[in-house]
Amino acid sequence: MVTMSTLELKQCLTGHRGRVWNVCWHPKGNVLASCGEDKTIRIWGMEGQKWTMKMILAEGHTRTIREISWSPCGKFIASASFDATTAIWEQKSGQFECNVTLEGHENEVKSVSWSNSGQLIATCSRDKSVWIWECDNHEYECASVINAHSQDVKKVRWHPHEDIVASASYDNTAKLFKEDPADNDWFCFATLSSHTSTVWSLSFDSTGTRLVTASDDQTIKIWQEYKPDNSAGIPTPDNNPVWKCVCTLSGYHTRTVYDVDWCKKTGLIVTACGDDTIRIFREESDSDINQPTFNLICSHDTAHTQDVNSVQWNPVVAGQLASAGDDGKIQIWFHSD
Amino acid sequence: MSEVLENINPKLYEKLDDRLITIDDENEDVVDEFDSREIFDLIRNINDPEHPLTLEELHVVEQSLIKVDNKKNTVMVNFTPTIPHCSMATIIGLSIRVQLLRALPSRFKVNVEVSPGTHNAESAVNKQLADKERVAAALENSHLIQVINQCITEK
Repeated sequence: MVTMSTLELKQCLTGHRGRVWNVCWHPKGNVLASCGEDKTIRIWGMEGQKWTMKMILAEGHTRTIREISWSPCGKFIASASFDATTAIWEQKSGQFECNVTLEGHENEVKSVSWSNSGQLIATCSRDKSVWIWECDNHEYECASVINAHSQDVKKVRWHPHEDIVASASYDNTAKLFKEDPADNDWFCFATLSSHTSTVWSLSFDSTGTRLVTASDDQTIKIWQEYKPDNSAGIPTPDNNPVWKCVCTLSGYHTRTVYDVDWCKKTGLIVTACGDDTIRIFREESDSDINQPTFNLICSHDTAHTQDVNSVQWNPVVAGQLASAGDDGKIQIWFHSD
Repeated sequence: MSEVLENINPKLYEKLDDRLITIDDENEDVVDEFDSREIFDLIRNINDPEHPLTLEELHVVEQSLIKVDNKKNTVMVNFTPTIPHCSMATIIGLSIRVQLLRALPSRFKVNVEVSPGTHNAESAVNKQLADKERVAAALENSHLIQVINQCITEK
């Protein structure tokens, strides 16, 4: 039996002009950053019981800011923009300064993500490439340009504890990359093919052995890693792990799924959809790892009045999540059973 | 635009008469729901990028290929390129999308797609037109937005 739970709107934050593309929690969970087509980044924090805007970061980009990512130490923000650059903002005595701009992509940068170690940044672009940047004490250097996708790359996300990066693309696939110790270059070791249209987003679970992908084909899919000599008997050519689609959740979303986040604390999956709805899925307790079952436990219609673009679980406060939409709003929610 | 016209001699069609205004239309107490005629009127006078003709005159848009669902807030527009290899298909679709984006309330979800079987890159054109991120990026391109505005502006 599936028991439905509730998603309660705690606060609606306004201020951005036009569409808000992305929200990202500070690693401590007490600060939120947002960005959008108004070319600004806004920093939100608590004042008493209420979220308020603390800062506006402007003039770092000349076009839409598509995505922001906090460094694991919480002192830096990286921002990806349609102006083909990625800016690095450093917090110094309370203020953010943009001191570094990463250039190289030929056109729009769609996504940026900071590795768990804080020493690597991945960016991806409409130019079909994924770039790996090494950061060492304020110095940023391109370590690799990976041309594995055949189309626009929409999202990059790091593995929760290894230096493995996953990307999602308009070419309908997701791919996984790691560094080859032999020549220090990055290569694609797994291509996840099953979606029938653009893969917009993806998220690892807390163990990093599973991945969820969200697509324009109105489904989300769960992928399982099979390491060499796995007990399921899945062959692993080249001694690289193999990723297989073990579950497809279809029939729930009625338009494009733009974002997905797998909570590292609770194991819940949340999705942002073009039908204005936020949905939450939970794995059944006796679910088989090779053939898992996920149930829809919460569906909040008209969570936004237009497309929901971004959803993210608070990394510290279990049950709290933030969303952003085309309606220009950022919303703070609390999910409870 | 290229110097050589792709479709030198396009077939022309009659224009529809103006919509008749009914008593209900003028009555403020009656809710006027969006219908296909209203959507058609918003896009019929978009100019073709290569010919000094409207999309209506070229039968690129037709009222019968527009579907409106007021309850679900959806508008579906099919458009028919004049020739199956028309390189202007994306720009025409983008013009329709931009016009409806500007004219309709934001609650509407607009889909603009090539009429099935009328273009040889149909799925690629449809996919691009449905990708709101690429549409947003295109609309920040000053050259492209100029071309689109020229198409949309009634002559």
